[in-house]
Amino acid sequence: MVKVFIYPSTSLILSDMVARFGHTPLSSAIAIRERIQTAGLESPPLQITPEEPKKGLKWAAVEVPAGVRGRMSLYGPMIGDCEAAIVINDADLAFGCMGCARTNELIKFLIHQKDIPKLELNYPKSEEEGVKFVAAIKRFLTDLGGSK
Amino acid sequence: MTEYNPTRVGTVTKYVVVESFDVTPADLALRAYEISQGVMIKETCFGIVINGSDGDVSRIITELRKLDPDHIFVKDRGFPPGDPRRCRANLGGARPGYNGMEHEMTLIPYVSHGLEALKKRDEKSIPQPIIPLERPYLDIQKLKKLIDAQES
Repeated sequence: MVKVFIYPSTSLILSDMVARFGHTPLSSAIAIRERIQTAGLESPPLQITPEEPKKGLKWAAVEVPAGVRGRMSLYGPMIGDCEAAIVINDADLAFGCMGCARTNELIKFLIHQKDIPKLELNYPKSEEEGVKFVAAIKRFLTDLGGSK
Repeated sequence: MTEYNPTRVGTVTKYVVVESFDVTPADLALRAYEISQGVMIKETCFGIVINGSDGDVSRIITELRKLDPDHIFVKDRGFPPGDPRRCRANLGGARPGYNGMEHEMTLIPYVSHGLEALKKRDEKSIPQPIIPLERPYLDIQKLKKLIDAQES
């Protein structure tokens, strides 16, 4: 089983595809779960404490907003751990009430910098594109090997 | 600052989303309850949320997928079901994160179609989708057509 980083990291489709074809998806839920299940000081709603932006300094400079650094403390370790990545480029849902455009740019940059197998896609917009989308993901994940 | 004592430590939570003509969230919940053995199950409008030990949750999901493999989708969730920090019963409005799922729900029929098609076709025979980062040169014939269209 290969650890596959998915972007957008909350994606239902990518998370399912990776698990369906026998690998481990690295999604934001796993990073949030770690924090939710760790005792400490109460910091609702996501248990993101003032320590997180400090940890984020590993990936972003001190002038970068704390929001970016705090988010990078969630995603940075997963990007470090991942052995492959699937990126959807037209994912508008990654930016909004919970998302941050600059963090997204940094995540994509770090993935592109890392020497791992990567698959870049757009969301399917028709049935024929859906077939190509699923086939591309299946080919990519099968070629990684070691599926469960 | 108050002390934080987490609940349900060591458990995993997963969403099981169904987008099917044959299976409803109620069917999923019923089947999950039949084999739950102490696992927490919550029925929602889009499917169910399951919380329990990793092994139990995986076992239930494997069984649920058999109901309609190409139309049932699973993803991880950080919070347990009904957590007051996320549950809309306490907050009102859509749960944070639901908007993303709602967007993907509109695309899931295409993905389901792809999964069904792959059972009949070999994935190696299917052409690659457009690679978003590649910016191919403008075809000369296309450029000529554009110039002609502009001039006429």
